[in-house]
Amino acid sequence: MEISTAIFYLVAAVTVGSAAMVAFSRNIIHSAFSLLGTFAGVAGIYVFLGADFVAGVQVLVYVGGILVLILFAVMLTHRITDVQITNRSAGRIPGLVVVAILFVLLVQSIGETPWAKAKEVVYKATTASIGDLFLGDYLLPFELASLVLLAALIGAVVLARQEIKE
Amino acid sequence: MAPLNYYLVLSAVIFAIGVAGVIVRRNVIVILMSVELMLNAVNLTFLAFARSFGSMDGQVIVFFVMTVAAAEAVVGLAIIIALFRHRRSLDPREMQLLKW
Repeated sequence: MEISTAIFYLVAAVTVGSAAMVAFSRNIIHSAFSLLGTFAGVAGIYVFLGADFVAGVQVLVYVGGILVLILFAVMLTHRITDVQITNRSAGRIPGLVVVAILFVLLVQSIGETPWAKAKEVVYKATTASIGDLFLGDYLLPFELASLVLLAALIGAVVLARQEIKE
Repeated sequence: MAPLNYYLVLSAVIFAIGVAGVIVRRNVIVILMSVELMLNAVNLTFLAFARSFGSMDGQVIVFFVMTVAAAEAVVGLAIIIALFRHRRSLDPREMQLLKW
C-alpha cells in the first residue's frame, strides 16, 4: 500500500469516527468538540483532492466560525451540570433502518454508475482560477451570497437580542 | 491518488451519519450539528467530482455551500437561543405551537 493511501485511510477514519461521535455521543459537549475532528478531517481530505484554498477556507469558516458559534450556543443554553438529560435520543431502531437503507442506496448508485475516468491531474495552486471564476462566470451568485450573509447577520441580531422591557 | 469511488463512499458515510443524527437525536443543537455534517459530505462530493472531471466549477460551488451553511448556522443558533429563552428546553418534541 502506498503511503498516501495509508494517510488517506487514517484521515478518513478520524473523520468518520468523530462524525459518529457528533451524532451519537450522549454528552452534548463531546458532540460539539468532536465536530472539530470532523471539520479538520474533511479539510485534510480536501488537501488530498488538490483543493488547497478550499481546505484553508474550511478551517477558517468551519473550525474558526461555525464551530465557535455552536460552542457558544451550547454554553448559552445549558448549565454544564445538566448535560446528561439534554441529549437523549429516541426512535432509534426505525431511524437507523431508514439510514441503513439510504446508505445502501447511495453506495449502490456510486458503485454502479460508470463515472468519467479520473484524469491524471497535476497539483497546482487553485486560488487564481477560483478568483477568475468568482469575478467572471459566477459574479451574480457571488454578489447574491454577500446579500445572503448580510441578511443572516441582521436576522441573527434581531432574533437573539434581549428585549428590554421598561 | 485514491480513486474517485473512495471519496464518494467516504462522503456517503458522513452523509448517512448526519441523517442518523437528525433522525435519532432529540436536541436541536445536535440536529444542527448533524446538518453541518451533511453539508460537509456534500462539499466533499463536489470537490471529488471537480477533481476527477478536471473542472474548477465544483470548487466555486463549494464556496456558495459554505456561505449558506454559515448563514444557516448563524440564524439557526439565534433561533435556538431565542427558543431556549422562552421555553427553557431544547427538545424538538416540545416545539409544537403550530400543531393542532
